[in-house]
Amino acid sequence: MTRHFSFRRIWAVLVKEFIQMRRDRLTLGLILGVPLMQLLLFGFAINNDPKHLPAAVTIADPGPFADSIVAALRNSDYFDIVEATNDPQAARRLLAEDKVSFVVEIPVNFSRDLVRGAQPQLLVEADATDPASSSNAVGAIAQIAGEALRDDLTGPLAVRAQSAAPFTTVIHRLYNPEIITQYNIVPGLLGIILTMTMVLMTSMALTRERERGTYENLLAMPVTPVEIMIGKISPNIVVGLIQAAIVLVAARFIFGVPMIGSLGLLFAITGLFIAANLAVGYTFSTIAQNQLQAMQMMVFFLLPAILLSGFAFPFRGMPVWAQWIGEALPVTHFLRVVRGILLKGNGPAEIWVDVWPLFVFLFAVGTVALLRFRRTLD
Amino acid sequence: MAGELAIDVHGLTKRFGSKVAVNGIDIQVPQGQVWGFLGPNGSGKTTTIRMLCGLLRADEGNGTCLGYDFRTESERIKRQVGYMTQKFSFWEDLSIRENLQFVARLYGIRRARKVVDETIEQIGLSKRQSQLAGELSGGWKQRLALAACMLHDPKLLLLDEPTAGVDPKARRDFWDEIHRLSGQGLTVLVSTHYMDEAERCDRIVYINLGDIITSGTVAEVIEQSGLHTFVIEGDGARNMAGKLKGKPGVEFVAFFGAALHVSGRDRNALEAALRPHIDDASLSVHESRPSLEDVFIQLQEKGRGDYA
Repeated sequence: MTRHFSFRRIWAVLVKEFIQMRRDRLTLGLILGVPLMQLLLFGFAINNDPKHLPAAVTIADPGPFADSIVAALRNSDYFDIVEATNDPQAARRLLAEDKVSFVVEIPVNFSRDLVRGAQPQLLVEADATDPASSSNAVGAIAQIAGEALRDDLTGPLAVRAQSAAPFTTVIHRLYNPEIITQYNIVPGLLGIILTMTMVLMTSMALTRERERGTYENLLAMPVTPVEIMIGKISPNIVVGLIQAAIVLVAARFIFGVPMIGSLGLLFAITGLFIAANLAVGYTFSTIAQNQLQAMQMMVFFLLPAILLSGFAFPFRGMPVWAQWIGEALPVTHFLRVVRGILLKGNGPAEIWVDVWPLFVFLFAVGTVALLRFRRTLD
Repeated sequence: MAGELAIDVHGLTKRFGSKVAVNGIDIQVPQGQVWGFLGPNGSGKTTTIRMLCGLLRADEGNGTCLGYDFRTESERIKRQVGYMTQKFSFWEDLSIRENLQFVARLYGIRRARKVVDETIEQIGLSKRQSQLAGELSGGWKQRLALAACMLHDPKLLLLDEPTAGVDPKARRDFWDEIHRLSGQGLTVLVSTHYMDEAERCDRIVYINLGDIITSGTVAEVIEQSGLHTFVIEGDGARNMAGKLKGKPGVEFVAFFGAALHVSGRDRNALEAALRPHIDDASLSVHESRPSLEDVFIQLQEKGRGDYA
């Protein structure tokens, strides 16, 4: 009589599973690698109170007060003054190109009004496309500037320091004045959705042929690797553009995301971004032995795309090493382009800083894919 | 031109890591002939065929396939070779017509539509042309695969166990087609495990563990084996296998249906081994010409001996 429960049989199954697990190196690597990666990313890279945000100051009224404010901003953890100018146009351009997150403007007659007790305005323009990344810093500006001036307002001016506010801080939240989170998330989702689906679809491209045995037949016929790659990638570009259209229609009509810039330009860059992701997927498919492995590789690529691109967490809140990884991902640049075009109304000149990395990425990964492609079954 | 070689390779060698899959073999197949490629599983048949059509890079060896250097001009060879894989390797999620259209486009066949129409008509799938290839039975899949391989009118056909898992009638039809094509000047190299198929080849090449063991016409191969075979029939035949196995002179015993074939190269020793049983009333013993299968069993037994 067979018993219904046998430790020996359980042991047999258990041993078999361990052996198979050990043989499947990729899965094992992912099982061990993913938690480590998440731990590092969540533990170190993600910071919802970003410090050292790049800022520019435009000083229309130079003088000791301006110097004090700039010095105090410099000394604070929140800001890194990367540019001091007296040209408001140039400062605005820096915001559009995403080179600074803030512009602090000390207007004409700031010193005179301060001394007179006329409560001059300290103007702050903040890039509010990603509200989360700037809110704490915005709150800090008034206090930092106030404390800086308190030290200057001595002697006969001490009376000004004692008044509640010797100046007022006026904050313009540019590009997203109502701080609507969807304005940031929805365009960001476009990049994430495309990354996920495009990499997934092409990573299956060759593995499916290999699994079904049709790869051998394909290789036996007179068709070149480039022809196969272009033939397999192109239909997915169309699919990706349709996806993009769906997301953008939803963004406009369901979430009311503003679309200030050129949609034609956005679609052109989206096409480029899709091609870059397809190249990644295609590279995966030259490496993966089967569709499951291709899927695992996709997950491995998607994780940093979500966490390190500035989608889920403020890019400038990440440590430098994490930012470097982020800069190497196409989705990081694409997010900046999408937000730039939709919310800031950026044109080709402003987005170029984030477009050329996409070209470089596409070229580099496409080359790898073709080099990896084997004409033989060796 | 008659007498010209469609395949002419020397010293063909392929290693996978430290394992030698094909060990410096020479093959010369004249145009218009049908050559059978035989040998046990893992003997190097598929590897050889893949090297000939450029799917695997040969580690050593030189020569030509259809007049092109098989190592450097595989792209040209591919245009004139039809290769049928062991496993059905057309797209199961495409219809019969779509598969043929795809192949026709890849080869840049002119008036592809007409060629595809004719091919579908020829293989008798007109009514099912929009059915998915994956839904076809084994025999039909094989017909489709052969038709697809022939679509671009190749000069050389490489068939890797084309009839594995196909019923006897379909196998017969398949070989009739092969002979018809070879009559039109097509050269065919076909690997198989079936003796009746091997016997339909102009010449056969038997390889084991990457080496050519024997080759020639069927008669030559049997002759070269130096084998003598006695056939034992009758009610008692079933019990004789165990009794004769291992006796001096008996190299191997094998059943062919109900008859037992007892074979060895030393005819006298073989006779001596059989003598005690010759008067057994339940047996009838007579000498026979060894069949091709007897020869292959011997070759395989020998190969195993070498290996051990």
